[in-house]
Amino acid sequence: MGGLSKEYVIKRLGMFLLTVWLGTTVIFIVPRMAPGDPVQAMIGRMLTEGSNVENADQIVEAYRERFGLNDPVHVQYFKYLYNSATFNTGYSLAFFPSRIDDMIARSLPWTIGLLFVALILSFIIGNAVGALLAWRRTPKMIRWLLPISLTFTSIPAYMIGIMLLFFFAFMLDWFPYAGNYARGLNPGWDLEFIGSVIKHAFLPAMSIIMVSMGSWALGMRGMMITTDGEDYMILADAKGLTPMRIFWRYGIRNAILPQITAFGVALGALAGGSVLVEIIFTYPGVGYLLYQGILNSDFTLIQGIVFYVIVGVSIAVLILDLTYPLIDPRITYQRS
Amino acid sequence: MSTNPKSGTQNNNGHSDVALDVRDLRVHYKTPEGDVIAVNGISFKVYKGELVGLVGESGCGKTTAAMGILRLVQPPGRIMGGRVMLDGDMDIINLGNKELRRARWTQIALVPQGAMNSLNPTMRVKDQIKDAIETHEGRQSKAVLKERTLDLLALVGLPSRTFNMYPHELSGGMKQRVCIAMAIVLNPILVIADEPTSALDVIVQRVVAQTMLDIKKRLGVSMIMIGHDMGLMAQMVDRVAVMYAGNLVEIAPVRAAMKAPMHPYTQLLIESIPSIKERKPLKLTEGLTHDLRNPPPGCIFQFRCPHVAETCRTQKPPMLEIQTRHGVACHLYKPEETA
Repeated sequence: MGGLSKEYVIKRLGMFLLTVWLGTTVIFIVPRMAPGDPVQAMIGRMLTEGSNVENADQIVEAYRERFGLNDPVHVQYFKYLYNSATFNTGYSLAFFPSRIDDMIARSLPWTIGLLFVALILSFIIGNAVGALLAWRRTPKMIRWLLPISLTFTSIPAYMIGIMLLFFFAFMLDWFPYAGNYARGLNPGWDLEFIGSVIKHAFLPAMSIIMVSMGSWALGMRGMMITTDGEDYMILADAKGLTPMRIFWRYGIRNAILPQITAFGVALGALAGGSVLVEIIFTYPGVGYLLYQGILNSDFTLIQGIVFYVIVGVSIAVLILDLTYPLIDPRITYQRS
Repeated sequence: MSTNPKSGTQNNNGHSDVALDVRDLRVHYKTPEGDVIAVNGISFKVYKGELVGLVGESGCGKTTAAMGILRLVQPPGRIMGGRVMLDGDMDIINLGNKELRRARWTQIALVPQGAMNSLNPTMRVKDQIKDAIETHEGRQSKAVLKERTLDLLALVGLPSRTFNMYPHELSGGMKQRVCIAMAIVLNPILVIADEPTSALDVIVQRVVAQTMLDIKKRLGVSMIMIGHDMGLMAQMVDRVAVMYAGNLVEIAPVRAAMKAPMHPYTQLLIESIPSIKERKPLKLTEGLTHDLRNPPPGCIFQFRCPHVAETCRTQKPPMLEIQTRHGVACHLYKPEETA
């Protein structure tokens, strides 16, 4: 494995731990600075549901004790750090006695399935469109795609989501407007279920793809034009290589490198940016869960979700970083 | 297949000792203010095993002419006319796309100007050479490819570890030699080297130049070498072709060109070669005297020529073959005067 030194890997792992620690600390502090008391909020909800709550004071006190909210802040913090390090995210405040791990485990596959697939699709489609736009032999028809996709880029994903819902779910009734699969179906690896999942994920995925595709295309087009002017492209032509070979191995192979860096950044932005999309489509993913956590001042749920998001994104960026020397041979993390 | 002893330059079975025959090649660059005539109908021949040096000031159209011969002129440039006959009967300019791709590298190869950036940064040297081989000869076994490539690298004086290296791990001179090795991998008839030594220091320059001469001798390949280092040219080439403002003004055996240049421009050019023994004033003012979009009628050199006459203003001098393989385009020399 060329380009990676032991020192670099260790250093990079240290950076990874530091990032996760900083992230977890921030999510410990922020909810405690926000207005609203989670236990009071829960009592309030109980009141609206079941009219009268007896011994509300005792319940509040019991909850506070149970969740350690009576401890001094620094004790809470160290307990929290310890629990985070052992991936023990505890119980939800608002949905007690649901365990946060279980709640996340239920919604995370949906988010990964939707967001990750949507991001990869928009990366592939966007880069393909961008590369084709810069390519001299590309038919004129495809050249119309860039202005169109750029138009969508300037509209936020949730606006596109609402438009898609209106046209394709309400007016045309082609797609369902909420949920992750049709009610009454048993989750399993059968065609009916998978078909239903794809049908439900289609519109939210489209809204993400339509919005992010344009910027990939624009970036790739610029990179491809730069690459096309390189001397090695002319030499490849002089060598009599086929246009396909030149396009892929000499053109895209070199133009894609900065795009891959941008992909790592997009991974991070994705986690936060798609909460709204999940809310609009009532898609039971992590974003939707986070939204509910925020509505109910559910500290522990918010912390748990954001913690997993931070760890997930950090791992993804770490992997991207460590594999980069394989993608670009000029980048080495070795001391010469 | 008997050769006619009377005509040394041409025999009857279609094959000749001419490797490349450029006829009236024209390349224009499109600009909003009209076409820039970068190569204005040049004609010359390169014989088998011959090394022709193409010289001239910057911007005179040397590289454009070479790119025209390779049919690699980049937009906004366009080949406006002419023929490039390779090995007697193949016209590069009128080949179909597929035939052109097949002819490239197998018949005519390029050692590019910017060797620094002419290798794909994300491919190992071995893979870039493999690309050239397999595109034209089909898939080959790893062992065969390795043997061929290592032989090639040895031929240009590169260590065998170069085989597995990426371009950024090589020095400038090494990259240049990789480019030379790549150019000869398929035994082409003609190699065009565009300033192969211009970015290198004098020592490496000599080594690379020597490498090219060795290869020429060993493989019998014809070469066109573009450059403006007249000293190096004098050492290396068989004949020198002089370009001025898109026109070929003289093509002469190198000794004749150095000792007794005929065209006034060649004369001034030779006199401008700096000497390390004495300091002499520059006789030739640099830069062009006319707009390349509107070349003057008559001789292209009329504005700077010390011997300019009335005919030079109106009539374009044709290329006259004064002696064997020595042509000059100037009114000072009349066809009758030739022996």
